Amino acid sequence: MRKTLITTVPAALIALGLATAAQAVIKIGASVSATGPAAFLGDPEAKTLQMMVDDLNAKGGIKGEKVDLVLYDDGGDANKARTFATRLIEDDGVQAIVGGTTTGTTMAILSAAEDAKVPFVSLAGAIDIVQPVKPYTFKTPHTDRMACQKIFADMQKRGFTKVGLISGTDGFGASMQAQCKDVAGDYGIGIVADETYDPKDADMTAQLTKIKNTAGVQAVLNPGFGQGPAIVTRNYHQLGIELPLYQSHGVASDGFIKLAGAEAAEGVRLPGTALLVADQLPEGDAQKPVVTAYKSAYEAKYNQPVSTFGGYAHDGFALIVDAISRAGSSKPAAIRDALEQTKGFVGTTGIYTMSPEDHLGLDLSAFRMLEVKGGGWTIVN
Amino acid sequence: MSELLQFVFSGITVGAVYALVALGFTIIFNASGVVNFAQGEFVMLGGMITVFAHAAGLPLPLAALIAIVVTAAVGVALNRLAIEPARGAPVVSLIIITIGASIFIRGASQLIFDKQIHSFPAFSGDDPIHVLGATILMQSLWVIGGALAVFAGLWLFFTKTLLGRAVLATSNNRMAAQLVGINTKFVMTLSFALSAAIGAFGGVLVTPITLTAYDVGLALALKGFAAAMLGGMGNPKGALVGGLLLGLLEALTAGYLSSQYKDAAAFVIILAVLFFMPQGLFGRKSTDRV
Repeated sequence: MRKTLITTVPAALIALGLATAAQAVIKIGASVSATGPAAFLGDPEAKTLQMMVDDLNAKGGIKGEKVDLVLYDDGGDANKARTFATRLIEDDGVQAIVGGTTTGTTMAILSAAEDAKVPFVSLAGAIDIVQPVKPYTFKTPHTDRMACQKIFADMQKRGFTKVGLISGTDGFGASMQAQCKDVAGDYGIGIVADETYDPKDADMTAQLTKIKNTAGVQAVLNPGFGQGPAIVTRNYHQLGIELPLYQSHGVASDGFIKLAGAEAAEGVRLPGTALLVADQLPEGDAQKPVVTAYKSAYEAKYNQPVSTFGGYAHDGFALIVDAISRAGSSKPAAIRDALEQTKGFVGTTGIYTMSPEDHLGLDLSAFRMLEVKGGGWTIVN
Repeated sequence: MSELLQFVFSGITVGAVYALVALGFTIIFNASGVVNFAQGEFVMLGGMITVFAHAAGLPLPLAALIAIVVTAAVGVALNRLAIEPARGAPVVSLIIITIGASIFIRGASQLIFDKQIHSFPAFSGDDPIHVLGATILMQSLWVIGGALAVFAGLWLFFTKTLLGRAVLATSNNRMAAQLVGINTKFVMTLSFALSAAIGAFGGVLVTPITLTAYDVGLALALKGFAAAMLGGMGNPKGALVGGLLLGLLEALTAGYLSSQYKDAAAFVIILAVLFFMPQGLFGRKSTDRV
């Protein structure tokens, strides 16, 4: 009897303590790469998350409950990401996690989140994150495979069947190169030239000359990231190649036009998100209010242009908040179920409709085919 | 024909960038035997400071001058704060210190500047020059001209000036140099300032072509180091020829073989050259009195 009392009382006290802690605030954890090699992705993500949680709490939180954001910077290091994921789950006791800037850090967080059954919304690109579907893992950015499909669909419409590829050898470029080669056949497109460059190379005219002299090539596609695509675009202009040039969603930003030069970038097409052309969206476009609100809030607060990557974090956080308010509970399992039932949720990247088979919930319509005209982006119809 | 010429132009453009970085290695190496792995960071600083000074409204030439002076000061600080206190340490330790310094400069730049990629306008516009069906940018000619000018300057400095000879003497035997009245401390300070200034000068010239960001230094230093080793470390002629040769090897491999093997082919040839000529193409045979 005495023994039972001794064990029951502390247990009850602990249970009570946990219950009050859980009711007081909703805890959302985040691990992004705000510094390190992926900083240009993770930095806007961290800023976006901070801005959104402040904004949400200023408006009274979710149904009156404040949201506490626990934000860690993993510096792009998968080992650190895993440590932070474990800390978020075990020490901070978060109910959901958003983050994983790169595919590497996402994979580290993913295994910890799945083991602990905590819902996790990833901000990284690779298709392997949600295919095959893992019960607790979701993601917001479209995949590079979808980018290839969008580009090839546009090429098909313009009647191109022979395409030259020039890809970066970094993870992003290599992965997209493989995906594009895989889906090209579905659109009746043959890859007639396949060149690569190192992401730090200063000149790609040798590779481009080779593509230019390949018989029958009708258009060129450059899967790549960072400064490489800007240099490719300049060299393309320098060599006076008249064929249409397609870039990837990896460089969908105003910075790309600035680096490549407006003259060289003229006519370049790429699949981008609505965020890039916020003020050009037609009235009545479902995404217009969301992207305009996010863009103006971010640019006013941080005084720097909004980026697609910050948009991924925006959508990841908004999806979790939406799921919590629909579930009416902040239990991890309830958040997970609500995330999976997300229907027609309008984000900056696209309109999400999740299902037990699809934890990304975007289709090709999320991409807009954009073209550089007069130093700015325009929507191609 | 125009294809070959285009590959050659591509190779010379890239090669001149490597040569400018490689030339920066020579002075510090000649003064102390230290291969300064922070040399790439000097190039990065040259580009980044110019970008930010130019963005702040200064005309490009003034921005470039400020970048070169500030970077030279960073070079002097590196010598005063990190190399001099470790004087007497083996050369290998000093080289490791420069690696540490490069990581420090990279990290500090990430905080002081930002993490974005930057550029500034080319000096003479973006219109390419057409030669027999191939094209080359005006900025490439600036880089090639810059590399030649630095080469000529260094060659004159080391062969015709007393100060240059004092640098070489300090490298040969510091103690003996001191005994004949050379201010070796000043020689070290000067060599770091000059090396940093040459690096920054290179950064100013190459940025319109290569673009710049806080982390471009490492890749540049590695390619520049490879070029300097190929040509013979410490010899300005070696740095120039090594850089151009490396650039041409890469471009021709990418053009005629496959761009996948571009870097591999270049490094295999470097290894082969060093196997038969361990001092590089123009390196001095070192003889040690035992």
